[in-house]
Formats: sequence, C-alpha cells, structure tokens
Amino acid sequence: MNEMIPPAGDRAAALKGLGSSRKRVEDVRFTQGKGAYVDDIKLKDMVFGDFVRSPYAHARVVSVNKEAALAVPGVIAVLTAEDLAPLGLHWMPTLAGDRQMVLADGKVLYQGQEVAFVVAENRYACADAIELVEVDYEALPVVTDPFKALEPDAPVLREDLAGKTEGAHGPRRHHNHIFLWEQGDRAATEAVIDGADVVAEERIHYHRTHPCPLETCGCVASMDKITGKLTLWGTFQAPHAVRTVASLISGIAEHNIRVISPDIGGGFGNKVGVYPGYVCSIVASIVTGRPVKWVEDRMDNLMTTAFARDYWMDGRIAATKDGRITGLWCHVTADHGGFDACADPTKFPAGFFNICTGSYDIPVAYVGVDGVYTNKAPGGVAYRCSFRVTEAAYFIERMVDILAIKLGMDPVELRLKNFIRKDQFPYHSALGWEYDSGDYHTAMEQALAAVDYKGLRAEQAERLEAFKRGESRSLMGVGVAFFTEIVGAGPVKNCDILGLGMFDSCEIRIHPTGSAIARLGTISQGQGHATTFAQILASEIGIPADDITVEEGDTDTAPYGLGTYGSRSTPVAGAATAMAGRKIRAKAQMIAAYLLEVHDDDVEFDVDRFQIKGAPERFKTMKEIAFAAYNQAIPGLEPGLEAVSYYDPPNMTYPFGAYICVMDVDVDTGVCDVRRVYALDDCGTRINPMIIEGQVHGGLTEALAIAMGQEIAYDEDGNVTTGTLMDFFIPTAVETPHYETDHTVTPSPHHPIGAKGVGESPNVGGVPMFSNAVMDAFKPFGLTHAHMPHDHWRVWRIANGLGLHG
Amino acid sequence: MSKMHVKLTVNGKAVEALAEPRTLLIHFLREELGITGPHIGCESSHCGACTVDMGGRSVKACTMFVAQANGAEITTVEGLAAADGTLHPLQEAFREHHGLQCGYCTPGMITRAYRLLQENPSPTEAEVRFGLAGNLCRCTGYQNIVKAVLAAAPVMQAQKEAAE
Ligand code: FES
Ligand code: FES
Repeated sequence: MNEMIPPAGDRAAALKGLGSSRKRVEDVRFTQGKGAYVDDIKLKDMVFGDFVRSPYAHARVVSVNKEAALAVPGVIAVLTAEDLAPLGLHWMPTLAGDRQMVLADGKVLYQGQEVAFVVAENRYACADAIELVEVDYEALPVVTDPFKALEPDAPVLREDLAGKTEGAHGPRRHHNHIFLWEQGDRAATEAVIDGADVVAEERIHYHRTHPCPLETCGCVASMDKITGKLTLWGTFQAPHAVRTVASLISGIAEHNIRVISPDIGGGFGNKVGVYPGYVCSIVASIVTGRPVKWVEDRMDNLMTTAFARDYWMDGRIAATKDGRITGLWCHVTADHGGFDACADPTKFPAGFFNICTGSYDIPVAYVGVDGVYTNKAPGGVAYRCSFRVTEAAYFIERMVDILAIKLGMDPVELRLKNFIRKDQFPYHSALGWEYDSGDYHTAMEQALAAVDYKGLRAEQAERLEAFKRGESRSLMGVGVAFFTEIVGAGPVKNCDILGLGMFDSCEIRIHPTGSAIARLGTISQGQGHATTFAQILASEIGIPADDITVEEGDTDTAPYGLGTYGSRSTPVAGAATAMAGRKIRAKAQMIAAYLLEVHDDDVEFDVDRFQIKGAPERFKTMKEIAFAAYNQAIPGLEPGLEAVSYYDPPNMTYPFGAYICVMDVDVDTGVCDVRRVYALDDCGTRINPMIIEGQVHGGLTEALAIAMGQEIAYDEDGNVTTGTLMDFFIPTAVETPHYETDHTVTPSPHHPIGAKGVGESPNVGGVPMFSNAVMDAFKPFGLTHAHMPHDHWRVWRIANGLGLHG
Repeated sequence: MSKMHVKLTVNGKAVEALAEPRTLLIHFLREELGITGPHIGCESSHCGACTVDMGGRSVKACTMFVAQANGAEITTVEGLAAADGTLHPLQEAFREHHGLQCGYCTPGMITRAYRLLQENPSPTEAEVRFGLAGNLCRCTGYQNIVKAVLAAAPVMQAQKEAAE
C-alpha cells in the first residue's frame, strides 16, 4: 500500500503552492484582449462626463456661463459648485483630514482644478461643450515654492480656513501651514550633533513626480432610480473604503452602494484617493437617471490626480571620527499643494517617514515635518511606496553617502559598520519602530561578492585616471543603496484611514467536489493576486492552486478590507488568507478523524490530506474531506466547509535589500548609461519567485525614471510644464537596462507564512541607488550632492559647474 | 455633425458603419465595434497601448481618424489567436515568460511585436528593444517582454516554414 502513495514532494509540487513559479491565471484573458477595464464598460443609455479645468494656478472664479455649452447637441447638463452645494457635495473630505473642492467654489488653487462638469451623450459632444463653457477668472498671486508660502506676507491660499489655528494634525502657525509632525528626541539629538566629531549636513529634495499608471483614473456611476441602488465601477485600489466614503458624503445608505473595481491597468498609488470625477459622476447619474462614465485623459491625470513626493529634507548626521553614526536630525518642508489630500494612515500625516534611520543602529534621532499649502495639485500619494518610505530611504541613503565623503570612508564600509546586527532584532529604532527581522550584513556581503565590488572600484579608479589624462570624456559611478522598508499597514491600534482600521480579510468556500473560491478585501492592479493568493491557500489547505478561484474587488461579495497599496496585500491579506485556510484545515481535521474513526489528535496534515499518525496509508484527501463536509451528518459539526478571517497584523513587516548599479556618465552630453544593475531583495518567504522578479524589474524601472528624469514641474505662474508624456519621462525598452536579481530569505517572525511584501522595495531602494551612482561619478571633483532628477541637462550642468568642460 | 460611411475589415470581418469623420480609429474600434483589446493610455501617440496592425504596419489608433482607415485591413490583439482558439506564439510566450502584469499595455505590445517579428524574424535583444520603443509599459520593466518576444521569434519562424 505504502508505495502507492506518491511521495510528499511530488504531491506538494502538484499543488503549485508556496515557492512555485506558477504561471499567472490572469494572463489568458489579458493576452487576448479580454481584460475588462473601466473604460471597457458600456451600459445601456450611458453618457459621458468631463471637466472644464482652470488654466490658472490661483484665481477667483467670478462667473461661469453655461449657455453656449448647453446649446451643443447632445449636451445634457453642466454642473458647477452652485449645483452641488444644495447637496453639500461641492466640497469633500480628503483622506488626510482636510477638505477639498469638488468643483471650484469661488476660487481655484491649482492649474487643472475642476471648475465645471459637462455631461453629454458622447465624448465628442462633451469635448465640444467644454470649450464653450465661459469662465471669468480674476488672477491672484501664485506661490509654488513652499518656503515662500510660509513667508508672512505670502498670499492666502485657503480662505476657507481663515482664523483656524488648529488643523487635523495639531496647530497651524501660518495661513499656509497645515501641520508640524514631530518624532524622536529633538533636544538630545541636537546635543549629540553639537558635540560630534563629524557632522554632515545637506538639503535634499525629493522632487514632485507622479505614479502615471498606463491606465488613467476613471469610473462609471449608475444610479438605479427604481431600486435606489448605486453601482460604482472604478479604478479603485481600495473599493470598500470608497464605498464607505461614498456613503458618508452622499448620504446613500452603505448597503445601497456597490463598488466594483474591475481589472485595473496599474495603480502605483494613483488610484487610492477619492477624486472629484467620482463624486461628479455619481451626482450626474442621480441627476440624469443614466449611467455616467468619466475617464480622465493623460494630461488630466498628470496635472491633477495624485502627485507623489515633493519633500525638501534638511538633514544633519553625526558620527565619531572612525565612522560610528551617533545621531540623525531631519526637518522636512512638505509641499502638499492646494489641499491636503495625502493618502496616509490618519495618525501619520507624514506617513512612515520616521523610518528614516534606515538600516542603521542610530542611537538618537529627530524628525520634524511641516506640511505646507501651495498652488499645486493635491495628492501626496505613496507612488509604489509605503507612505513616504521612499522619501525616507532616499534621505538616509544620500546622507550616509555624504557622511562617507566627509569621513573619507568607502560608502559600503560605513554602511557595514553601522548596520543593525542580526542579533539586535527585534530592533527598536530611535524613531519608534520595532523592526521584525533582518540580516543586513549577509545581504550586503552577498551583493558585494556578486558584483565584485572591489573590482568595480579598481576599474573606476583606472577610468578616472584615463579621464584625467584626457583619454576619455566619461566617468564611472558606482551607486550603492541598502534600504529597509516598512510595509503591511497596519496594526489597527495605530493604523486607520478615516477611522477604518487597516486590517484585511479573506473568505474561503470549499466546494463539495474539492475546489474552492477565496474572496479578499484587496484588489490586484497587476500584482497577480489571483495567482499568488491561490498558492498561499494551496499550501495551507492542500487543494491545488489550479482548483482555487480568487475573487476581489466587488464590495457586494468580498469581505471588508482596506485594499491594495503600500505593499500591504501580502503582509495583511496574505496573512488573512493563511489564517482562513487554517480554520478550514482545523475543521477538515475533525472531519477526517470522524471518517477514519479516530480521535482528532490522532490525525495529522500531510500536504494534501490528513493521515493517521504513524499509519500514513490510512488517510483522507482534502477532496474526500470536502465531499464529506457536504454529505455526511457529522455529530457536533455543522455541514459545509467555509471560513473567514479578518487579520489585524501585530506589527509591520520590514523587507530590505542591497542594490548596486554601475553607470557611465558622459560629461559633455550629460547622458548616463546604466550598464549594470544588481538587486538583492529579502522579502521574507517567497510565494512566487517569477512574480517577485517581475515586481522587482518594474519597480527598478520606475526608480530609474524618477531618479533620472521624471518630474512634475511648475513654472513661476503655476503652469505645469510636464503635463504630457512628451515631457514626463517614462523609460522605453531602449533606456531600460537589464536587471540582475538576487535574494536572501529572512522570514517575518510574526507573519503566518513569514512573507513581508515586495512590490515597492525596488522603487524604495532603486532611487537612491541610481542617484548615488551619479553623485559617485563626480565625487572625485568635489561634488557631495545635487538634486534629482538627474536628466541630461542637469547632469551636464553638474559637470559644467565642476569645471569639467575646460 | 454629418456622418460618413466607413467600410473596413477588422480581424477578417467586413465592417460597415456611419461615423463622424473626426472619430478617432481607437474610439471607433472600442465604442462602435466593441473591440476593447486596444487600450487608451495617452491619446497622443506616446504610449502605444492603442497599437493595431493596419495593412501590414503597426499603427497607433489614437492618432488616426477612422476616415483615414477607410478600406483598410485591421488586425487587433483579438484577431491573433487561431480560429480554433489556439493562442498565437506571442500570446503563449508572454504568459510563459511573465511578460505582463496589469495587462494594460499587453494588447498593444503583442500587436506591435507581431509586426516586428515579421519585419525582422530573428532580431537581437537590442533590436527588440528598439522595435518596441513606441510602446510603454509601467509594470514590467520590459525585461520579460523582451524575453517573450525573443522566445516567440523561432516559434513564429517554424510556423511560417511549416505553412509554406
Ligand atoms: S493611446 Fe495611442 S499612443 Fe497612447
Ligand atoms: S503590464 Fe502594466 S503597463 Fe505593461
């Protein structure tokens, strides 16, 4: 009998569970053009809505004349703030505790702001009418510089806040000030810095950029007058939160709202927020009684929905002469635009920026962040990032390089000297986090060996000599970054968005024939959840991943969850999936014991079955158990095999990695040729290596874009000068280098399967890696820091400023 | 606005319709014909999400009026699989090599690669990268897309030889 049972290894492989590079189930549809994205939705009698937008960055709206627009054939309505006011919908709450105009209420605060919403039978009539809405503006002085915005005589941007000295996050000290958020021990840090052997000081700008997923934001709102039910399809990274917010602001009972996130063409944080387009589409559907579709175009997308970063970080880092870091001080001037619409957990107005002590054992630190209003678009989303971790990692990884210059040390040596040691985990950082696990030295050593770091430095020295001899016009830069992320928001005790705890959920139903469906509160935007969550479950419950359907994104069917962003799906929903699976397994164990006529404790789980301990030839497969759950009356057990888990994570997870790149910088053209990129990631337990590598390639490419050219820039009048893909840099296959990926595995001790999340790591580590490489190339000529993005023009200017053009 | 009569062949099927002359080809395909494989990512010729094959060339359907396509033969990603449902080698290769994530660029990317591999049946990696430079992807970093296209090239060659 025994030899008849396939070995456990073969049975495990057949499950395609954890660790399998299982091919994605999503791809069969996507490769044939059968994806169903929001703009693919076509409903009977559907009409189109689109915005009249302000050409001014700061102006009074004196009047809006709709007449000519309404005369265009096919135009149904033109909505303005006046029309929304009776419903109380001309303003809406933001995720950050501020409020934002849905349609301009007397004034506009940034270029592209929504002024009127035109509804028409088709998008062409809509576009015609938008041209004909006459808006009379009276221009006001514009302030796009957050430092100038805080000057005493700066123009008042938010007149609606006049006299309010208290905001959602504490006192406001100026009419354009939003909050001051402080962490750590300021006095102690300053004392250490004042008495330090060596202090490096720098102002570091992480410029404004934009997630720019290939699909823009959009929705279809359909109000059924007869049933009173509102259905809202849209590009939502957090469908349940959208439902709750929609209910709170519209007054429609939550059970009468169904929010559906169809396939999403990339999110990267862009699709977390609530935008005026959603609100106007809902109102327009209520008013017209017809489904209303709104899809922003690329320019709308870049100009208005969801910028990222825009942090001015003033840093000081102190060390002993031999390179032991003794303290870190940071003050951030955070440009939030016209409204504070940052997508952060409520108690964290600067996100998790206080992870800025990075991977280093720094005894004392202080961070202060001042949020400021300017005449720029609102947003402040986590662009492939867990709530300002990218800014924090860029800050510390630049500061450490700058300190290394000051100390005359190799940047890698300085890092190795200050890493948190393996035996220090769980590690309590000076700014309040408890790092779960890590082995930084091993990861760094593995990376150094892989790229032959010493060899690279020797080659660089030779190349420098050749340059000095006039034999070459290019310099070699080696960029090193070692990052620690903080993801998986988060424990309900301190993480919520608008009061909604940041747990996540999974509900599993096992069918009588032994296949299953799992529903989650998250939503994939390309991460391959339908593939990977089935793998987690396959390993937990012994049903092949191919027999498990994963469904997300429909609030009528999925359990409540906070959605997908901040690399939280694996740490939170992945944990919920494992925990729900364990509930299934516990019941399956009782069923198996009953069927085998033994005590519950006498059976044990083995890959895809329960067997009698010591007698593996006597077993019941999960398939048999599933059937029994539906056809046997088992004393003391309810029929069926279902479970649900709401998982409140006990802590964040802390993925980390060592990244190294090599770049050749042409001093005469400013062109930086990235010739090698090595990325080692430790994301704990690896669910699907193929998907992890894909995430790393994608994140590195976004990092390359941000570091080397991508930017949302404004001129002095507040005009967006990078509002199209002509000016906003997105690398093509030609600019994108080849990537080498590697890994170590340090499981999270508190996550049910030890996974930490990976989607954002490459962006967090990639930006400092690329930026450090550019600085490194010019280091021999005295450069310590230059602001990103390092496009050709700016790099040429660095070379020019250093006198390299003769 | 007055409408004009347009006639074209899409994925082997003859299509006739009335359309405003200013209607963009991408809107005609997506909204009139319900062919939603080609996507819209920029409406300004930059991203290639809307790429279709027209008369043996890759075309960005967002930057062309349907009037200009009058009489043309158009193939979209929906027209690549064989009549019996067998996937095109490129469709297989994209899945096999994880050449897609969100899938939004994929129809345009595959349609462009379909033409590229006819223009250059055995390209180098650099030639693939150059040949796809009109199509942006925000998710994959291109590495696996390039891998998929390189893997599909010999399969397409073999199929062609078998057919000859
Ligand atoms: S939509 Fe046609 S190129 Fe972007
Ligand atoms: S797979 Fe998302 S844009 Fe290419």
